[in-house]
Amino acid sequence: MSTIQSIAGENEHPDVALVERVRAGDVSAYDTLVRKYERQIFRIAQHITQNREDAEDVMQDAFLKAYEKLDQFQGNAKFYTWLVRIAVNESLMRLRKRRSGKMVSIDEDLETEEGTVPRDLADWAPDPEQNYSTSELADILRRTIQGLPRGFRVVFALRDVEGLSTEETAEALGLSVPAVKSRLLRARLQLRERLSRYFHRRTRAAQRKLELKRDVH
Amino acid sequence: MTCTEFLAMLDDMIDDSIVAAETRAEVEQHLRKCGHCEVVLNTTRKTIEIYRSHQIYELPYEVNERLHAAIMTRCKAKRC
Repeated sequence: MSTIQSIAGENEHPDVALVERVRAGDVSAYDTLVRKYERQIFRIAQHITQNREDAEDVMQDAFLKAYEKLDQFQGNAKFYTWLVRIAVNESLMRLRKRRSGKMVSIDEDLETEEGTVPRDLADWAPDPEQNYSTSELADILRRTIQGLPRGFRVVFALRDVEGLSTEETAEALGLSVPAVKSRLLRARLQLRERLSRYFHRRTRAAQRKLELKRDVH
Repeated sequence: MTCTEFLAMLDDMIDDSIVAAETRAEVEQHLRKCGHCEVVLNTTRKTIEIYRSHQIYELPYEVNERLHAAIMTRCKAKRC
């Protein structure tokens, strides 16, 4: 009997024990959970709200709400997925406030046909990011992902950047698995297409022209 | 396999979730003769890799600490 219990314990996600400790009144266990996920929650909120101040507020409110509602958390979901769902909802509420109460959802602006078929088929330079400084690259990546419809952006952020599984992404966003899959493909293709203009393998002449342009400025 | 069929398998290729050996062989055969699809696969993989390795929204350490402290203060206040 004790062997069976210890096997179950080994397979248990480490968050389960932390959540149990918080439920039993140990606030320091919640400190550990916050520390573990605060940066991810901030990034997800920033991807949705596109506003630093809002993302900071969402990060705080999401952890506070999760703390208050911990009794409602069912052990069949991962704590992190449950927390992301709270953060997504808090982010949408924040956007709604900014738009003076108008409904905001993650399903907006998905009618675009962009990215369904790859158009730019030229290869990229071997390590294309090395052609830019760290801040130039960050700027390119930020501007490129910000141009995506929110419903694509958030799926890409959860699935590809933060590493949630397709099922966890679906659960966190309240979407079906096929919907997540279709949005992920579109998001990946749109980002690829938009980054292509910066990362193409350049001909020597084009590279020289670029360098001259940089010298002039 | 056509390019359209390949595109439908693109995410499975990237996520390495093609289980059937036969399908995998068909995809690989298509890639050997279609340079365009090979570029699409490689550059899409690179897109994901770049976004994964360059976090674009990072909080400075001090700001993170301030927010962390604020969260814990609010949680402790809720408990009392």
